[in-house]
Amino acid sequence: MKMPVPDRGVIDRKAAIVAGLRRIVPGAGVIDAPEELRAYECDALAAYRCPPLAVVLPSTTEEVSAVLRFLHGQGVPVVPRGSGTSLAGGALPTADSVILGVSRMTRVLEVDLADRIIRVESGRTNLSVSGAVEADGFFYAPDPSSQLACAIAGNVAMNSGGAHCLKYGVTTNNLLGVTMVLMDGTVVTLGGGHMDAGGLDLLGVVCGSEGQLGVVTEATLRILPKPEGARPVLIAFGSNEVAGACVSDIIRAGVLPVAIEFMDRPCIEACEAFAKAGYPDCEALLIVEVEGSEAEIDHQIGLIRQIAGRHAPLEFRESRSADEAARIWLGRKSAFGAMGRIADYICLDGTIPVSELPRVLAGIADLSAKYGLKVANVFHAGDGNMHPLILFDANDPADLDRAERLGADILTLCVQAGGCLTGEHGVGVEKRDLMGVQFAPADMEAQMAVKDVFDPSWLLNPAKVFPLDVSAARRRGADAA
Amino acid sequence: MLTPATEAEVADAVGSARGPLRIRGGGTRDPGRPGPGEVLSVAGLAGIELYEPGALTLVVRAGTALAEVEALLAAEGQRLPFEPPDLRGLLGTAGVSTIGGVLATNASGPRRVQAGAARDAALGVRFVDGAGRVVKNGGRVMKNVTGYDLVRLMAGSRGTLGVLTEVALKVLPAPPASAMLRLEGLAPADAVAAMAAALCSPFEVTGAAHLPGDGPDAGTLLRIEGFEDSVAYRAAQLSAVLRPWGEVVADREQARVAGAWARVRDAVPFHARQGDVWRVSLRASRAAEVLARVAGACDLNDWFMDWGGGLLWMCLPEGTDLRAHAGTFDGHATLVRASDATRARIAPVPPEAPAVAALSRALRARFDPRGLLNPGLMDAA
Repeated sequence: MKMPVPDRGVIDRKAAIVAGLRRIVPGAGVIDAPEELRAYECDALAAYRCPPLAVVLPSTTEEVSAVLRFLHGQGVPVVPRGSGTSLAGGALPTADSVILGVSRMTRVLEVDLADRIIRVESGRTNLSVSGAVEADGFFYAPDPSSQLACAIAGNVAMNSGGAHCLKYGVTTNNLLGVTMVLMDGTVVTLGGGHMDAGGLDLLGVVCGSEGQLGVVTEATLRILPKPEGARPVLIAFGSNEVAGACVSDIIRAGVLPVAIEFMDRPCIEACEAFAKAGYPDCEALLIVEVEGSEAEIDHQIGLIRQIAGRHAPLEFRESRSADEAARIWLGRKSAFGAMGRIADYICLDGTIPVSELPRVLAGIADLSAKYGLKVANVFHAGDGNMHPLILFDANDPADLDRAERLGADILTLCVQAGGCLTGEHGVGVEKRDLMGVQFAPADMEAQMAVKDVFDPSWLLNPAKVFPLDVSAARRRGADAA
Repeated sequence: MLTPATEAEVADAVGSARGPLRIRGGGTRDPGRPGPGEVLSVAGLAGIELYEPGALTLVVRAGTALAEVEALLAAEGQRLPFEPPDLRGLLGTAGVSTIGGVLATNASGPRRVQAGAARDAALGVRFVDGAGRVVKNGGRVMKNVTGYDLVRLMAGSRGTLGVLTEVALKVLPAPPASAMLRLEGLAPADAVAAMAAALCSPFEVTGAAHLPGDGPDAGTLLRIEGFEDSVAYRAAQLSAVLRPWGEVVADREQARVAGAWARVRDAVPFHARQGDVWRVSLRASRAAEVLARVAGACDLNDWFMDWGGGLLWMCLPEGTDLRAHAGTFDGHATLVRASDATRARIAPVPPEAPAVAALSRALRARFDPRGLLNPGLMDAA
């Protein structure tokens, strides 16, 4: 994976740049010691690392504004960072960039239960947003699996999803407003406690812009009353095709579960060996969770049982207690940990139309055999968001290369099936060079025009999202040569 | 009038245009400020590209009639989640509402409070920008964060960034049963509080409106939808929640429930009323206060609330600038119905803070460098 050649002129001015940052953010809020910078050299896509020039951790929107104005004047690229949990390399720095982290900005600014909104500083973690309103019976719906650690800033940047999007939507559907700072230091407020944009929906394009349009410092989020209860069922099948057909039939029947999770045999076996959740021996299993009162849950599960019955399931397992419910989720929730024990893995994130599930799974199996690398599949089946896990040995550079090529082929397959490269992780650097598979030049040109407007000098997270050759003319110190 | 029948013809028409164009779907919504230009109608771009009920996905050409889409979905027991209003009765327009016009105006009805707006249901778009370039964004799948989200940017852009040619939407099951709970005689602030209590309950309220007055159609209305038993259960639970605000009357008759919400959705109380119509989007808890300010400052002909108070419909004497009387509040006011002369004087689309306005203007200049697409329609000055 290529990154732009760092700007020597910026690196040579490190001392002056750091001194300038210290004038704005005093004390430990500016980091420039090489050993401390190592903590910021990568995010959760740990295969790629590069220490930044410096790190700055402002405490207020005003400080963020002053920092950006200063760095804009200096022509220094800025990489915004929430908690650094991106799986796509969204917070990967370059040697000539300053990381602007919002980790010190974690306050809850306002909770209004009657209006069902919470306003927080963007460094606050996803789970602690829910935590702030849990005692009052509310929650924040988007629940990426990194929710314990990931920051709202990163959620907004990547338009994060989670397991419960089928019913509650993703970040963009639960985000009502932001305060953000443009690269030139301008502070902009978009949206707020009301529901819709009056003019152009700028909030809509900021969400998911991967930190390339501005640094979000505050967010107004929609919170929801907690359902009365929730319960999962586990359904085992003899083939991926049958499990896929069952998903489609459940949705058609008008049941709208909060989650439909799918695991294939390689994934089931690895999870079973690791977590011993007591999963059945089968080719594919679904975990379907429904919400409501006890009676409503019974009714929905009754419908799901009827539908599943038409597909000759190997097992239909209901949970009769919180403990049994936890055991159904146990394997799924430990899937990534289980894989990590077997081998290193790359977690893909393509989305496909649900109807294409069997065909794409068969295609993945063929590619897996062709490359000689194991692939386990675990994903949000209700919305077609797949997470194929490619197992490889990170100590062998040839293996990493092979795994990346296999990953590119699988994502291309997703796009050919009518889907997309990434459902919830973002493009970052990881899928940057595949953008041409999904988008024509005019499609990318329209997107880059938006960045031209928000960040004319292309200093914010410049080497992400768009293939380097496509963005070369716009970026400074272009590495086009 | 230009009437392209294909996306390529739209691209040709825009690319070769020598002057301003007025982009039109069915011409039923008449958004924004009137202006010059030859009408470019996308009504010829009609037809269903793809409908997969098992994936809750629909892809249609932008000129497809809303009614055709709704009938297609209904036949499969599904529907558009956001309950788009029919504004013909309010605006006195004729014609056939199109799905492109619905998305271009982000037209969303009472269910917006629970199921999201049109912009939330949009999965993908194809459009022709002001230079005649065909652009696609998003796709047909539910979760998609590949590249920037121009889908939401196009939603509500009223044809000023590009001409929509194709729209992909998420649809939802249409529940078999519904119920309406009604409280009578509440003052605005009490109505908002009662609606908030309902929306804060776990009983999944899909509509919360308040129509002032005493008639059989007036009152504070709450809607519940779902499977039969579930609706019965939640209606009972919700009645208990609402009890502190008075006697709760429950109605389970489908046609009456649907009719009552169509009245709210389409602003029927204003159809026969003289005056300008404003739509104020605001924080629900501030609705009573803003209403009182406007009522105190000018002759308020009529009003009602939707979205639990988050949407305040007001009918004012012709030519009255509501923004001058509403004070500052978290939200904005759109002038929905007024004479051309009034709309030339008072911007229908709400003004924005200078930094935001600058971004919007710059985006328009990039997507429509020749200023051809509905010029002036969204201008606030």
